[in-house]
Amino acid sequence: MVNRPLEYDYTITKMFMLTTIVLGIVGMLIGVILAFQLAFPNVNLIFGEGLAEYTNFSRLRPLHTDAVIFGFTLSGIFATWYYVGQRVLKVSMAESAILMFLGKLHFWLYLVVVAAVVVSLLAGVTTSKEYAEFEWPIDIAVVLVWVIFGASIFGLIGIRREKSLYISVWYYIATFIGIAMLYLFNNMEIPTMFATSAAGESGIGSWYHSVSMYSGTNDALVQWWYGHNAVAFGFTVPIVAMIYYFLPKESGQAIYSYKLSLLSFWGLMFVYLWAGGHHLLYSTVPDWMQTMGSIFSVILILPSWGSAINMLLTMKGEWQQVAASPLIKFMILASTFYMFSTLEGPIQAIKSVNAIAHFTDWIIGHVHDGVLGWVGFMIMAALYHMAPRVFKREIYSKSLMAAQFWIQTLGVVLYFTSMWIAGITQGMMWRAHDEFGNLAYSFIDTVTVLHPYYTIRGVGGLLYLVGFLMFAYNIYKTMSARPVEEHELQNASPMGA
Amino acid sequence: MDIAQLQAYGYFILTTLLVIALYGYIYHLYSKKRDVDGVDYENYSNMALKDDISDAPVSAKSHDDKEK
Repeated sequence: MVNRPLEYDYTITKMFMLTTIVLGIVGMLIGVILAFQLAFPNVNLIFGEGLAEYTNFSRLRPLHTDAVIFGFTLSGIFATWYYVGQRVLKVSMAESAILMFLGKLHFWLYLVVVAAVVVSLLAGVTTSKEYAEFEWPIDIAVVLVWVIFGASIFGLIGIRREKSLYISVWYYIATFIGIAMLYLFNNMEIPTMFATSAAGESGIGSWYHSVSMYSGTNDALVQWWYGHNAVAFGFTVPIVAMIYYFLPKESGQAIYSYKLSLLSFWGLMFVYLWAGGHHLLYSTVPDWMQTMGSIFSVILILPSWGSAINMLLTMKGEWQQVAASPLIKFMILASTFYMFSTLEGPIQAIKSVNAIAHFTDWIIGHVHDGVLGWVGFMIMAALYHMAPRVFKREIYSKSLMAAQFWIQTLGVVLYFTSMWIAGITQGMMWRAHDEFGNLAYSFIDTVTVLHPYYTIRGVGGLLYLVGFLMFAYNIYKTMSARPVEEHELQNASPMGA
Repeated sequence: MDIAQLQAYGYFILTTLLVIALYGYIYHLYSKKRDVDGVDYENYSNMALKDDISDAPVSAKSHDDKEK
């Protein structure tokens, strides 16, 4: 037996990198189809009347959101955890056969759940709760996957060499605990087979159907406590974990202030959980709860900007790196979009602004400048940084990466600017009335006016998808690019022309 | 006092305590500058920068581990 020096083991990272890319393509492709369906309704019949049941907007919409949240983003989180976790704890997965087994089990079970989700959503099986559409058998499988993820996190922490936990690890732990709590409480449901109707019938409906344990306003409150914090613990916390590792590592710069990273962490944990009420402004939820949702949303600017500014200041004196490296460009723009959407969100949560913004496309614009600009850019940057290290090869093409950056940036800008205009136009038109209080416009008037902006949004989304395909190609070609030596991998990632 | 009032007082007290704890933590970070092991918090950035498996940990988990 050859006694080789200990190395980090990236087997599981590679597996999840693959699903990040595949599910990213699926989620974004469906998104682009949906955008064009809104602009050109005939796209609903893209594969003819016979298949319209599967290709219409309402059937595809949950597939888009769930593929991006639970497919692309979650895979990115898992891939980076199995990479960053080992490195900052200075322990290899290869040192523990149990952790390796758990990691593989994590991946394969996750794939089974993804398959079940795709099939069931395409078949129209859903609980109708936004971002929580999965029926109870899938929910149980999701919990199992999550428990294994937790076992991997705490297992790796248990055998670490580094005593303290790097700030990214804190964020990964928060992701694990936060999502576990949210998912369990929002998916409390009773299978209908256990229900008995007023007339005494039992075993109602299909075996896989269920009803929420909450009803009415309570159901809405729990749903948006979940929905908003899914953004917190799926789209914010783990992505902050990534940027706190990948930006300093790629640029070779220590975090501007490690103390600021710690206090921003606790600030974010403290404030985020209370902000969900802003989804229910002007609803039947108690007024004080709505006000609390607004106030906490505004306070949320502080810890969010604490992390984002910390990242921008990490580049202090090193801004030439931003110009020189497209990989750093992705991360700096991600951080900038994070600042931008965490300012926009609180503005929308102010009651008087919300009176115009609620139910309009401005909200869709807000979600997308966050997810395309912040989450998408950061996950792609993380994969670009990891690829040369896990494949021991240079990134296939720097110029392709740079082109991708500008194409996608243009896509995001087209997306959110068109949605700003569309949303505010909508909001104003819905409210407009004559001197007697009669509404000035009917719904179809807004649809006509919004058509050009919906088309621009579709084009913006398409540009982003094209960029993502360039990213997938670049990573694919990296697997057979020029091999690199260990010393080339210290900081800035090696890139071919 | 009914349950809603108790909840309201409980919520207010909890929020106040959390605010005090958070600001206390910030004060602690910036006044002490070092953690209980005497490591300057800013040194922990090196956990990302020097993260090869052969690099020395910023503060090793135990003396035995350091030997490895």
